[in-house]
Amino acid sequence: MLELAIGIILGCCALGAGMAMIAGIGPGIGEGNAVAKACEAIGRQPECKGSVTTTMLMGCAIAETTGLYALVIAILLIFVAPNMLVNILMNAI
Amino acid sequence: MNKANRRFAAVDVLLLVLTILPLAVGLVLKILFTPPSEGIQITGALVYFTIPFPVQDIIISEAQVNSWLVILSVLFLCLYLTHGIRAKVKTRRQAMLEWVVEKSENMVRENMGDYFMGFVPFIAAILALSAFSSLLSLLGMYPPTSDINIVGGWAILVFILITYYKFKCGPLGYLKSFGDPVPFLAPLNIISEVATPISMAFRHYGNILSGTVISVLIATGLQGLTAIVLGWLPGWLGEFPFLRIGLPAVLSIYFDVFSGVLQAYIFAMLTMLYVAGGFPAEEFFKRQEKKKAKS
Repeated sequence: MLELAIGIILGCCALGAGMAMIAGIGPGIGEGNAVAKACEAIGRQPECKGSVTTTMLMGCAIAETTGLYALVIAILLIFVAPNMLVNILMNAI
Repeated sequence: MNKANRRFAAVDVLLLVLTILPLAVGLVLKILFTPPSEGIQITGALVYFTIPFPVQDIIISEAQVNSWLVILSVLFLCLYLTHGIRAKVKTRRQAMLEWVVEKSENMVRENMGDYFMGFVPFIAAILALSAFSSLLSLLGMYPPTSDINIVGGWAILVFILITYYKFKCGPLGYLKSFGDPVPFLAPLNIISEVATPISMAFRHYGNILSGTVISVLIATGLQGLTAIVLGWLPGWLGEFPFLRIGLPAVLSIYFDVFSGVLQAYIFAMLTMLYVAGGFPAEEFFKRQEKKKAKS
């Protein structure tokens, strides 16, 4: 019975981590858009390449933040949550 | 003349040695404290020692020690670069240093305006510290920036600076800045105010940490792949992970070098933008003019 409970905890943590990373879709689309527009801008005005590139990198980094929140939660679920939840279970028994 | 030259060279060598020494100390500490383990593991920072304290023991971890070592190393590097600097004599080292100073001054002037020129050393320092901390992973040491406590500390520092510059027009001006477009948006403004340091810390630490985790996963995967492909070789040849030679280095260029330096640049850039954006420039200068007119 205990094995089953621990198994459920570990499995649900892994599932939760995987589901959290669905958030990676958003930044992917956003950054793709940003880079596409930057390419267009450079194609139109090649002399602005430097400033367009730096602005694009800034924007990409900021768009990435939501994905990184998901990543932090996934990492917590994989490396921190199982130990904590199993400890709670053990204390409850 | 000769004697003076020799002394100059001796000080140079001493400063260079002092630059490299902290990194060597960090490596030795890492080797001494790493517990023997089998295979590849993803762990947080090692705990070097704990100091007993009434409420909770203070933990001195690898991340803290490494960050102090980076600070020392950068300090001695700066001393080496500025050693023997003169107004007219042009040496290679001086040209390099002047380029760095000019670039950081230009960056601050473009993004913050002339009022904030006092910020140049701070921005340059945070840029250098962050970049060198992330690059520490090239030596195989734990990069302090992949620990949220370190980056969170920097973010809190930046938050204090932002709040200080928002208070420049008095407490009333600070409160007024929350009801900026329309007063009923105040709760949202308060949330975004609190979210600033959190997002800054998470952005930096998440990028570096994800690079570390992906590198470790790929190294493990390549080890498994070698066991499948070359496992039929006799003796130790079958166990030796040949595919792990060289291939992870290609990814390391992106995750360690590019990502680390880019995140340092972005952290410095956001610091500048937030501080300059929080400062109510127009009202402040108007008030100063009024004060001048009165006196």
